[in-house]
Amino acid sequence: MRWLTVLVLTLITACSQTPTPSLYQQLGGDAGISAITDGLLYEIEHDNRIVHHFADTDIERFRRLLAEQLCEISGGPCTYTGGSMAESHTGFNITLADYDALVGHLIKVMQQQHISISAQNQLLALLAPMYKDISYR
Amino acid sequence: MKITLFTLTAGLVFSCSCAANSKIIATGGTSSIEGSAGGGIVPWAVINGYASSGEMAATAFISRVGVDDFTLNSVGASLAYDNNWEWSVARQRFALDSIGGELSQNIIAVKYRLAGQLLYTALPQISLGVQYKKLHDFTLPQAVGARDDSGLDVYLAASKVLFNQVAGRNLLLNATLRATKANQTGLLGFGSADNNNYRLMFEGSAALLLNYNVAIGVEFKQKPDQLAFADEQHWRDVFVAWFVNKHLSVTAGYVDLGSIAGLNNQQGYYLSVEGAW
Ligand code: HEM
Repeated sequence: MRWLTVLVLTLITACSQTPTPSLYQQLGGDAGISAITDGLLYEIEHDNRIVHHFADTDIERFRRLLAEQLCEISGGPCTYTGGSMAESHTGFNITLADYDALVGHLIKVMQQQHISISAQNQLLALLAPMYKDISYR
Repeated sequence: MKITLFTLTAGLVFSCSCAANSKIIATGGTSSIEGSAGGGIVPWAVINGYASSGEMAATAFISRVGVDDFTLNSVGASLAYDNNWEWSVARQRFALDSIGGELSQNIIAVKYRLAGQLLYTALPQISLGVQYKKLHDFTLPQAVGARDDSGLDVYLAASKVLFNQVAGRNLLLNATLRATKANQTGLLGFGSADNNNYRLMFEGSAALLLNYNVAIGVEFKQKPDQLAFADEQHWRDVFVAWFVNKHLSVTAGYVDLGSIAGLNNQQGYYLSVEGAW
């Protein structure tokens, strides 16, 4: 009987809510976020303006944490296990130009992945406000 | 003036290898008819071109407004540094197509970003700007009652991009407060015989970024009405701006300039091309 109630309730909620895919799904889920992360790493590696910041970075770890974070903030099934944005970026004196450069790369990568403009903007809306925690520290 | 423009532009193009152009496309706006970065007729808080912090950029533009009885040709250039400073020069030639004759003025302007970042802070980007305008020939403006052949406009502008607002698109909102004595933006001189006070005017723009390269928008520019000889009315426009890449943008619009020098319903097109380095 209890199972039946659960089943009915589940069906009702499933049908009454228009199934808007989460941002995580719109970004292509696990595979999509992996591709974005790899694309970003590639762009950073080839950008003389910002690559120097990563000279001493453990790239494997950075890759894993960035993917975790993108997954978490977009509503995916992950828990970010890295440091706070303020802590992780202190000592690097990341400038507005650095931030613009990285956001520019992110846009380029998302365009390459054919992510919808709306999903791109949803992600940018989540990342843009991190500026205050990341820059000039 | 032509030589100044040329030297400025050429100097920039050849001497500036620091043009890293890190800003995101479209975030420099376009050159307004007064040379300051903005929309077509409203200066925004954004700094012209694509120079982010520590970078330098230059722009040059040419634009034309063609309404029933008048044509406004503007040409100008700007220099930007650090996404904080913008220096610009512009030359406007206003042809009185049906009346005959021409009015023209030069505009030298500077803009400084006081606070906020267009994309990244909850606080809008806020900038303070000053435009010095000087008429070439004061005869006609004087004859219709203007007091001075030059004037200073001071404006405070706030601009903000809001992400994912309309059909998933980003929306740019701008509000500008301008203290001015200018009649028809200065083309008909500054102040009037019986009034030499600054007026506070509101100007606003809204633009929807359909994608990274194309924006559609509307603008409104409140104007004072100081000269007794004819009504002066507020200006409005709708526009489409195409940011082809970080070096070229083209803007087209439909403008309504209201009544000018007694000729009512001045409506027509706006076309502008900007190059950025
Ligand atoms: C768009 C917003 C940004 C996000 C979401 C982001 C995210 C992250 C994450 C998750 C980490 C790993 C944290 C940890 O180690 O615990 C990290 C580290 C790092 N980030 Fe960012 N970041 C952003 C912007 C930037 C920018 C603009 C730069 C410079 C161009 C930058 C440079 C770095 C560096 C150098 C590290 C490694 C620090 C280390 O080696 O310890 N980040 N970032």
